[in-house]
Amino acid sequence: MSNVVALDHLFDARRLWRGQPQAHAPSRQPTGFPLLDAALPGGGWPEGVLSEVLLPLDGIGELGLLWPTLARLTQAGGRVALIAPPYLPFPAAWANAGVRLDRLQIVRAEPRDVPWATEQCLRSAACAAVLCWPHQADDRTLRRLQLAAETGQCLGIAMRPASVAVHASPAALRLVLEARPARLRVLKCRGGNPPAQPLPWPLPTGAPSEPVPDSPAATVADRA
Amino acid sequence: MLWACILLPQLALDGVLRRHATPDEPLVLVDGPVQRRVLRAVNAAAKAQGLRAGLPLATAQAICARFAVVEHDPAETTRWHDFLAAWAYRYGAQVSRQMPASLLIEVEASFRLFGPWPRMEALLREDLTALGFRHRIALAPNPWAARALAGVHDGLVITHDAPLNQALGQLPVERAGLPPEAADSLRRMGLRRLAQVYALPRAALGRRVGTETLGQLDRLTGALATPLDCYQPPDHFESRIEFNYEVGATGQLLFPLRRMTGDLAAYLAGRDGGVQRFVLRLEHERGAATEVPVGLLAPERDGGMLFELARGRLDLVQLAAPVRALQLIARELPPFVPAGRDLFDVRPQQAVPWEQLRERLRARLGDEAVHGLSIHADHRPERAWRDHGESAGAPPLPRPGWLLPQPIPLRDREPRILAGPERVESGWWDGDVRRDYYVIETSAGQRAWAYCPVGEREGFMLHGWFA
Repeated sequence: MSNVVALDHLFDARRLWRGQPQAHAPSRQPTGFPLLDAALPGGGWPEGVLSEVLLPLDGIGELGLLWPTLARLTQAGGRVALIAPPYLPFPAAWANAGVRLDRLQIVRAEPRDVPWATEQCLRSAACAAVLCWPHQADDRTLRRLQLAAETGQCLGIAMRPASVAVHASPAALRLVLEARPARLRVLKCRGGNPPAQPLPWPLPTGAPSEPVPDSPAATVADRA
Repeated sequence: MLWACILLPQLALDGVLRRHATPDEPLVLVDGPVQRRVLRAVNAAAKAQGLRAGLPLATAQAICARFAVVEHDPAETTRWHDFLAAWAYRYGAQVSRQMPASLLIEVEASFRLFGPWPRMEALLREDLTALGFRHRIALAPNPWAARALAGVHDGLVITHDAPLNQALGQLPVERAGLPPEAADSLRRMGLRRLAQVYALPRAALGRRVGTETLGQLDRLTGALATPLDCYQPPDHFESRIEFNYEVGATGQLLFPLRRMTGDLAAYLAGRDGGVQRFVLRLEHERGAATEVPVGLLAPERDGGMLFELARGRLDLVQLAAPVRALQLIARELPPFVPAGRDLFDVRPQQAVPWEQLRERLRARLGDEAVHGLSIHADHRPERAWRDHGESAGAPPLPRPGWLLPQPIPLRDREPRILAGPERVESGWWDGDVRRDYYVIETSAGQRAWAYCPVGEREGFMLHGWFA
């Protein structure tokens, strides 16, 4: 027994309200990739929150995703802290990507101290961006980092293994990089629906970063 | 010139009380030979129980059942006197601790900096109360008069000679700082107040009481100017607390540590300096003391921050034996330059400057935990970086974002070479390295930077990731 009611009547009777799509303040943190910016609700990294970049493997261009942002922030005089990076950042490559090395600070920490150090840096408002590589982060830890990022109005990015994609996370933005085929998926973005289609990877930029001769990646970028 | 005298009536007792865990319990200072102990000073709680200075210890025990007994240590009192002189040095360039249990500061020169005397007096009192020392303060045109008047009238302010002579005239003879036997003989002559003494013919008076007393009488009125020994602040800070019980956990050291770092901050503010490195020495009953160095990358002087950093280092210490004494030694005291701030800088709440954040991280994670990054001009990748300093130019070669600290064998079924070889050689005199570097795509889709011995194309060693 279905009761068909025209929506107009409900609207007129004020028993049903039409939701307004929430207008977002445009982000002041463009990612440096026009395609990715277009896919995100604020047109860039969400500000003052924690974002996650999930990686299945090392060495699939994950730093290339961050370098344009870090280059922009450090050239503006901002400080960037790397908390417990898994390898040594090779300075020549970072400098070639436009990152000012004198604004880069590396914090070595034991796995159990990584959340603490990250929280201190996020909360302090002394850093423009904080990148961390937490080994194991439970929901509570991530929530704390989220709050700290809001307090310090800081761009926080956690690099985590792709295996945690199945678990929910309080992060406002979750990106997954995939190696084979190379593509970038937006799992979750607060304030909008994630795009259904994965984005090509590497993303085309205004300026190519880290040119490698004869790389098949370059041809992918041309096609995109 | 105007001299302020800060009289410290309970210097020895206050020095003990400010380090005592329970200053509100009855406590007495004793001295004298072992068989005849005499109370030298008592705190408020002991006074309420009926104890007073001068009682034999046996009598005191008969009056009051339980009170803490602390041995009076003159050397300790001298240390406190020095500490307060260092503190007072921030309020005036001429500070003297020549007279026992009092400090004399020439304050007129400091009025332009600290405001008029009432405001400055409030500052002095506020500091002394925070430091935990009872005090009486008087101001007079010369130090000797200031000292004598502080003894009879707390808060007296005299800036001119006429009221000074009037106030001195009111002063009882025994309170004028005269030699005791001279004061005694004057009293026996029936002279109660200084006005009567000053009224006597000078030559006759001099024959009776001697030149020393005459000198003191002239110094009080300012007729005779005798220079004082001025205090020179030492170039290092040391502070030590002995516990009369064994401390087994570092957590119990935090209370005295907070006091010590507060004292250090007060001392630094007096010198207008900072501290770059200090050492906490934990002394044990036997065996060598445990040293906890606290090193900072830039001079600091904020008491709260110094405490936080020292606490962070102390938390990492495993106590091998109970602690009997704690000592703080600061020898490196470079000038302190406050960080410049933008006036219109909009900063969120709870903002911490980077220097402070960095020290906080180092305190907990270790001294080497936070470092920068710079390019070093060297062909060998493992030596092409430094953790500080200026960067050389970056070569425009393909270089990986991540470098492995140690090369490891690249295990892959079918690596695809994307670029290379790039030969890296160093001389035979310098750790002979000859390698061919390739950019390799692994079967999983990663891009690796790997090398193999010159001329070969197998046995790749993974040295970096193009991330």
